[in-house]
Amino acid sequence: MKGRAWIGSALWYMGAIALALWVLAPIYLIGLLAFSPRMAVYRWPRPLLPLEFSLETMRFFVSATGTLAATRNSVVVALLTMMLSLALGAPAGYALARFLFPGREAVRMGILMTRMFPMAILSIPLAVTFIRIGLYDTPWAVALVHTAMALPFVILITASVFVSIPRDLEEAAMTLGCSPLSAFLRISLPLALPGLAAAALFTFVISWNEVFAAAILTLRQRTLPALVITVLNESPLYFRFAGGFFMVAPALVILLIIRRFLFNLWGITSR
Amino acid sequence: MGKGKAPEWLLPLALLMPAALFLTLFIAIPSVQALWLAFQTPGGSWSLEPFRRMVTDTRFLPALRNTILLIALIIPIQLVMALTMALIAQSRRRGAGFFLYLYAIPLAISELAAGLVWLAIFTERGYLNVILRGLGWIERPIVFLSYERPLGILLAVVVAEVWRATAIVMVTLVAGLQMILGEYWEAAEVFGANLLQKIRYVVLPLLRPSLQAALIIRTLFAFQTFAVVVALGGGVLPVLASEAYTWYVGANNPHVAAAYSLVILALSAVATGFYLYVLRVRPEEMGR
Amino acid sequence: MARVRVEGVRKTFGKVIALRDISLTVEDGEFYVLLGPSGCGKTTLLRCIAGLERVDRGRIFIGEREVTGLPPRHRNIAMVFQSYAVFPHMKVYDNIAFGLRMRRIPEMEARRRVARVAAMLQIEDLLDRYPAQLSGGQRQRVAVARALVMQPDVLLMDEPLSNLDALLRLHARAELKRLHQETGMTIIYVTHDQVEAMSLGDRIAVMREGEIVQVDTPMRIYEAPATVFVGSFIGNPPMNFLHGVVEEGKDGWFFALEGHRLPLPPLREVSPGQSLLLGIRAENIRVDERPHAEALPAEVMVVEPLGAQWLITARIGEQFIKLTLPPGRPVAPGQTLWLSFPIEAVRWMDARSGQAIRELAPAASGSGKAGDSRG
Ligand SMILES: Nc1ncnc2c1ncn2[C@@H]1O[C@H](COP(=O)(O)OP(=O)(O)OP(=O)(O)O)[C@@H](O)[C@H]1O
Ligand SMILES: [Mg+2]
Repeated sequence: MKGRAWIGSALWYMGAIALALWVLAPIYLIGLLAFSPRMAVYRWPRPLLPLEFSLETMRFFVSATGTLAATRNSVVVALLTMMLSLALGAPAGYALARFLFPGREAVRMGILMTRMFPMAILSIPLAVTFIRIGLYDTPWAVALVHTAMALPFVILITASVFVSIPRDLEEAAMTLGCSPLSAFLRISLPLALPGLAAAALFTFVISWNEVFAAAILTLRQRTLPALVITVLNESPLYFRFAGGFFMVAPALVILLIIRRFLFNLWGITSR
Repeated sequence: MGKGKAPEWLLPLALLMPAALFLTLFIAIPSVQALWLAFQTPGGSWSLEPFRRMVTDTRFLPALRNTILLIALIIPIQLVMALTMALIAQSRRRGAGFFLYLYAIPLAISELAAGLVWLAIFTERGYLNVILRGLGWIERPIVFLSYERPLGILLAVVVAEVWRATAIVMVTLVAGLQMILGEYWEAAEVFGANLLQKIRYVVLPLLRPSLQAALIIRTLFAFQTFAVVVALGGGVLPVLASEAYTWYVGANNPHVAAAYSLVILALSAVATGFYLYVLRVRPEEMGR
Repeated sequence: MARVRVEGVRKTFGKVIALRDISLTVEDGEFYVLLGPSGCGKTTLLRCIAGLERVDRGRIFIGEREVTGLPPRHRNIAMVFQSYAVFPHMKVYDNIAFGLRMRRIPEMEARRRVARVAAMLQIEDLLDRYPAQLSGGQRQRVAVARALVMQPDVLLMDEPLSNLDALLRLHARAELKRLHQETGMTIIYVTHDQVEAMSLGDRIAVMREGEIVQVDTPMRIYEAPATVFVGSFIGNPPMNFLHGVVEEGKDGWFFALEGHRLPLPPLREVSPGQSLLLGIRAENIRVDERPHAEALPAEVMVVEPLGAQWLITARIGEQFIKLTLPPGRPVAPGQTLWLSFPIEAVRWMDARSGQAIRELAPAASGSGKAGDSRG
C-alpha cells in the first residue's frame, strides 16, 4: 500500500516537472539567444548553457531603426487601450453586477457574442474608414480597435469583481448616511481596486501582444509587434529572436504582478 | 412612490450605454461594412467579384485546408494536455499551486512571440538540431522549415500553438474543476473508482460547461491564427487570416480581404453553434 | 427614538408579490419582532422601512415624518444586516465611526461616541483590528455598535443572530435584550426563530406570504393564535389541531371528535354540520391512566424522552396528537392514555378558513377541576 502511494507521488512529480519543462525550456532558449553575441545564431553546434553572455544582440535590436519609436507607440497604444476599456467597461460591468433590469441576460449574451467577430472583420473596414477620416496610422486608431477587442473582456471581469463584493456593504453605507454615489466611491471602489488594476494590466498585455490590427492600421506609426512582423522576412535571425524576447519580457513581468488574479480573470471571461 | 422619479432601470442603462455604443461603433458597424466591402468592386458597384477572386485564387483552398487542419490537430492535443495540467495543478500535493502558475505563463505570450521562440528551436541551426546532435542522432542539421515541405511548417505551427495556447484552455478548465474536485471526486474515490474512471465518469461530464467555453474560445482564436504562421513559415503556409492580411496589405484590396474575413466569421459561427449543440448542458444535469 | 407607522405598503418583484398591503404601527421604544417562515417577506418589509427598497404603494412614517420617498440616509434609521456587512477594508474603529463621519460629526465627539458604544458592547480591545481578524460574534457586535452609535430613531435588525453558533446566539440574545432596556430604542427585529421572537419581542408580528397574520404580545400569540398557521408555527411542539364536526344534541351543540362528544362553549358564527378544529397546546392536555368522564382514549405511538419532559405522540381514532409528560411516568407504546382538554385552554378554529372562532361569553362550563393528575 505504502509503496504504491510512493510510486503515485513520484509519477505525479515527474509528470508535473516534465510539463513545467515543456513550458519553460523554450523561454529559456530564446532568452539564451537574446543574450548571446549576434553571430552565435549561426554557429553550429552551439551550447545550451549561457557560456557567452553578451548584450550585443539586444543592443542591436534596440538600436535598430524604428524599434524605440515602435516601443513607444506600443506603450502609448496599450495605455490608451487600458484607460478606454476601463472607463467604458467598468461602469458596464458594475451595471451587470449590481442591477436587475429587463434584458440583462441578453446584454450578457451580446457581450459574449462579440468574441465571434475576428480581428480581420473589424480592422479591414475600420482601416478604410480611418483612412477616410484621417485617423489611419495613429496610435488612436490601433487603441480604438484594441479597446473593441478588450472591452467585452473588461466588462465581464469587472462584473465579476463587483459581484464578489457583497451588495450589503453598499447598502449598509447608505443606511449610515451615504448617497449611492458616495457608497460606491467609499466602499465598492476601494474593495474592487485590486481586481480592477489586474484587469487593467491584463488589458495592457492584450494590446501589447496584438499584431493583426496593429499591422493593418499603421504604416509609419508601427507598434512593436507590427514592426517586427512587417520587417520579419528581411531581417536577420538574431533580430527576430531579440524581438521575440523583447516582446515576451514585459508580458511576463505583468503576469507575475497579477498572478493572484490570473485564474479569476480567465475563468470568468470564459463562462 | 416611483411616480415623478426616474425608473429603476435608468441607471444601469446609463452605465451600459457608453460600452454598448462603443461596441456598436467598432464591432457591429465594421462587420456590416465588411459585408458591403466584400460585395463591391473597388469602383463601388455591387458585385460578387471579390468572392470570385478569393475562391479562384490558388491559395484559397490551401488556406482553408490549413486553417481547418491546424484546428483539428491543435485542439485535441491542447485539450488533453490542458486537462492533465489542470488536474495536476488542482491536486492536493505540495507544489501544485506553483505548477499552476508555471503552466499559466504562456498566457502572456503573444502569437508572434511564440512563433519567434519556436523559430529559435526549429530553424536550421536551432536548438532542436543542437539537441539531436548532442544525442548523437544526427551529424548535419535537418531543415525542418523549408519551402519544399509545408507539412514541416504546419507541424511546427502546431507545436508552437500547443505550447502557447494550452494555458488558456487550462485556466478555463481550472475554473470549472475547482467546483468539481472537492466532494464529487472524493465520493467517487469512496465508491472505488480509479483515476481514469474518476476522469471519465465524474470530471468530464461535470466539466462540460467549462469544456464548452474553452473549446469555443480556442476555436475562435484558432480561426484567426496568423502571426505564428508568418513567423515560422514566412509566406509559405497560407491560412485564412494571413491571406486576409496579404490581400489588404500586399495587394491593397480591402474587398477580397473583407471576403476572407467573412469566411472566418462564418466558420467561427458554425463552430460555436456546433460546440453549443454537441456539448449542450441540460440545466437539471448540473444540479445547480 | 420614534414611532414607526407603515400604511398599506405593497411591494412586488416582477410577478412575486412580496408584501401585500402591510400596515403596522411600532410604538416608541418598543422591541417589535417580525416573525415568519422563509420567504414570507420579512426582509423585504425591513428594507422598505430602511429605504433600500422602493415600495409600489403605501406610506411609511418614522416619528411624525413621512419618509416614503426618502433615501436611507435621510430616514435617520440604522440597520444591522444578516451578513453584518462590516466593511472589510476599514478597521473596527473606522467602521463604527463611518456613519458619524458621513454626518460630519466632529472627530472629537465621534471618538467619544465610538468609545461609549464600544464599551457598551465590550469591544474596546478590538477597535484597532480589521474585520478579517474578528470572530463571527465579534463581527456581529461591531455591526450592532456601528448602528447604535448613530443614535437612530429606529434600529432595524435582519436576523442578526442567525450566523452565530447556538451557544453564542443564546448569549447574544440576552445581550440584545439588555441593550434594548439600556437604550430604550425603537427596534424592529426580523427573525424566523420563534424562540428568539418570544424571548426578545415586546410584540410579535407573525407574517405569512406577504401578510401580517397576527400582532400580539409573545404570550398572547402563544396561547391564543389567531389562525391555525400561527398555532402550528409557534411553539415546540406546535399546537395540536383535532378535526371534528359541530352536531346538535339533546342539551345543545357539541363537538364530535372521532366518535366522542365534547362540550362546546358558545361560539360566534357556528352552526351544526360545520367542521371545526380543536386547538390545544401539548402541555395543557390533561392525562390520566384511567378512564373518566369527558376523557378520550388515546393510544401511545411514540415516546421521546427530551430531558426535562417526555414528548408523547398518541393517536385518537385516526388523528395524531402530541403531549408532554414529566419524565419518569411509566408510558410505553401501545398503552392507552385518557386525555381531556381544559376548555379554557382550547382554541377553536374554523377548519375551512383556518381562522380562530371567538367565543360569545367567557367559558365557564365543564372542565373546572384545577389540579390535574400530572406530577
Ligand atoms: N430582489 C428580489 N428580486 C426578486 N424577488 C425577491 C427579491 N427579494 C425578495 N424576493 C422575493 O420576495 C419574497 C420575500 O423575500 P424576503 O427576502 O423578504 O423573505 P424573508 O422573509 O426575509 O425570508 P428569509 O427568512 O429566508 O430571509 C420571496 O419570495 C423572495 O423570493
Ligand atoms: Mg430575510
